[in-house]
Amino acid sequence: MADAPVLEIRNLGISLPVDAERKLAVEALNVAVGQREIVCLVGESGSGKSVTALAAMGLLPRGLKPVSGEILLQGEDVLKATPQRLRQLRCTRMSMIFQEPMTALNPVLTCGEQIDEVLRAHTQLDAAERRARVLAILRQVRIDDPERVIGAYPHQLSGGQRQRIVIAMALALEPVLVIADEPTTALDVTTQAQILTLIKDLQRQFGTGVLFITHDFGVVAEIAHRVAVMRHGQLVEYGPTEEVLKRPRADYTKMLIKAVPGMTPPARGEASSRPIVVSTTGLTKAYSEGGWLRKTRTISAARDVTLSVRRGETLGIVGESGAGKSTVARCIARLVDPSSGSVTLGGEDIARLSHVRLVPFRRKVQVIFQDPYRSLNPRRTVRQSLVEGPMNYGLPRDEALARAKGLLKLVGLDEAALDRYPHQFSGGQRQRICIARALAMEPELLIADEPVSALDVSVQAQVLDLIEDVRKRLDLAVLFITHDLRVAARVCDRVVVMRRGEVVEQGPTAELFRAPKQDYTRQLLAAAPGREWRFGETAAS
Amino acid sequence: MSALGETLPVAGAARRPAGTFARMAKSPGVMFGGAVLALMLLIALLAPVLGTIAPSAINPAARNKTPGAEITMRASDGTQTARSAWMGTDSLGRDVYSRVIYGARVSLIVGVAAAAVSVAIGLFFGLVAGYVRWLDGAVMRVMDGVMAIPGILLAIALVSLWGAGLATVIVAVAVPEIPRVVRLVRSLVLSIREEPYVEAAVALGTPVPLILLRHVMPNTVAPLIVQATFICANSILVEAILSFLGIGIPPDIPTWGNIMAEGRALFRLFPHIIFFPGVFLSLTVLAINIVGDGLRDTLDPRMVKRI
Repeated sequence: MADAPVLEIRNLGISLPVDAERKLAVEALNVAVGQREIVCLVGESGSGKSVTALAAMGLLPRGLKPVSGEILLQGEDVLKATPQRLRQLRCTRMSMIFQEPMTALNPVLTCGEQIDEVLRAHTQLDAAERRARVLAILRQVRIDDPERVIGAYPHQLSGGQRQRIVIAMALALEPVLVIADEPTTALDVTTQAQILTLIKDLQRQFGTGVLFITHDFGVVAEIAHRVAVMRHGQLVEYGPTEEVLKRPRADYTKMLIKAVPGMTPPARGEASSRPIVVSTTGLTKAYSEGGWLRKTRTISAARDVTLSVRRGETLGIVGESGAGKSTVARCIARLVDPSSGSVTLGGEDIARLSHVRLVPFRRKVQVIFQDPYRSLNPRRTVRQSLVEGPMNYGLPRDEALARAKGLLKLVGLDEAALDRYPHQFSGGQRQRICIARALAMEPELLIADEPVSALDVSVQAQVLDLIEDVRKRLDLAVLFITHDLRVAARVCDRVVVMRRGEVVEQGPTAELFRAPKQDYTRQLLAAAPGREWRFGETAAS
Repeated sequence: MSALGETLPVAGAARRPAGTFARMAKSPGVMFGGAVLALMLLIALLAPVLGTIAPSAINPAARNKTPGAEITMRASDGTQTARSAWMGTDSLGRDVYSRVIYGARVSLIVGVAAAAVSVAIGLFFGLVAGYVRWLDGAVMRVMDGVMAIPGILLAIALVSLWGAGLATVIVAVAVPEIPRVVRLVRSLVLSIREEPYVEAAVALGTPVPLILLRHVMPNTVAPLIVQATFICANSILVEAILSFLGIGIPPDIPTWGNIMAEGRALFRLFPHIIFFPGVFLSLTVLAINIVGDGLRDTLDPRMVKRI
């Protein structure tokens, strides 16, 4: 990169409001993006990576103020630009791709109108020329049938198509810099792979500099030329991708890279001789819409799912969003009522039991949910949450409390946690509390529904370790639902792959990862970002 | 690297997010509203010692006196005392000041009681309608039916059905407000019941009534408090309207509404009889509404984040 950088961030400092945890959101940050270069800003939540992006676009929220340094866009300091000047710069010289395409697009305007708006604001083209431009851009972002998409509203498109529209808007005026803030986080893994390829190709074609923000080292490995690792607003490590990923120097980077699970499943013990804890046969959940005067329409969220989980074994269900993974789990826990098929638990079919007769079975199946911020009642203390279940089943208060204390220790929390409220804990700590709450019931089957997808990668590793440990110690059957193949590879003995409500393939994890039988499984495995990097293993060895 | 064995430090000492009241107190509007309300409450409580005389005492010699007039009062034992009626007197010679001060009692009681009654009943039906899906249709159609009748008309009908009296008025004012509370609570319950912590409670085998009581209801409180303040303000107004129409609280108990009703006939000649209770009424309702707005802004978590 001999030529002058497109974006140069020098000694940037951004202050947080007075009552925040730390003083500065970003501290003494130096990063540069050259022409035709993709620089990844990596970090866990709260590392200041998004704030940096917003500062570069001049979009900082009111509470945050730049206190030092400069952000030079082709030599012009963005921090000193007037609002009018910023408006001119946006789209023409720098533009942004957001995380969630559904909210980045205006739901009441057609996609064509939204791209057209960019052209109308910044060019003198007439209507026909603009339309030709819009069509050309849509073809460049590889939208099939651009004529139709021009007149479509955002909700009529899929997530991947929507993100393509956002990219089209960002690139409409061929800016020198594109800032992409987690642009693939909200997308499924196969769509993510397509979007990453698209961004890479377009970047090469237009010669744009890209500041790419992500928390995912797989994505970094896939796309970045250079990497900047941030922590607590400070730059921890900065260098070429190869260098940083293969030979990280900072301890923090080493820890982060080590925490990324590898794509090769570790060897595992055989569980096929153990007794089956829960099994489903032909499990189907269908929702019907309409009725009365309209035609009824039936949608199957899960169709004809047959699986079983043995004691001491972790069965993974993987698949993209809408595959029916959670529906199956919720049917087994009887949080929803299955439409047909059977769920056998302890020798009895519980699929159709009334809620009263279900009570003795509830204890045996416990669930850990995805979002640790919503799975604990904000108005109840940890103590109340932990003793609630056992007391429902007649355990005296002091015994329930003793059990709660023991479990807190087991999940690695201090006894002082008992009288605190959920908001006083971090995401990982809350997930530990949720695990303790589930274990308090002494269940036979633990259902973990995406238990780590809302957590940072380092915390994710700890929680996965905890679930593994608990399974071994208490000899539990675990049903583990995830969209992340790396996580599945790490914790599952067997894996069920689902797509559109149906089981595509199932088998032992190692076998399935090594030699997938179905096309869809192969696609999924191929789409995992950075699959040729052996993160977990290399760094550990 | 096992997480077991080592225990993690837990975030600092019990620290609640910046207190709701601390945040509310920063708003000048809320300060003003709160001060006016506190003043009204004091006035109502201390009515007998604020230089008032019996609010219903008739004094034929001092009818329709303008504010500030000197009047002589004759006690039952024949002694005479002079007194300045700074809000004047009405057409029966009653002291408007004393009546307005005592009237604050009725208004505040009606406002608070009507809000409490409608919130309590509405909360119950809202929880049931929101959580027990098969009862939803029935409960909500009944509420739609109640809502279809204009509130004032319904109140008038209820009062004429049961006869005038403080309790009747409170019920009559509260009933038209119930459907609005039910709708609010139901919509909250519909989203709260989908929260993972409610599903977790189901999985823990917690019985439905306990789920409603422990997990759902406490999370409806904040919006309900806000709604209650608006009901309170509205109830004070409706009570005044009913009294003004002569079908509310019996005329021997002074309320801001019936003081104004009695002043109506002579409004052009003696506007003070309507003016003073009118000012008290408007100030109180305004203050409650301001406090309600302040509560809404501070209890809404989205406003907290906005720093």
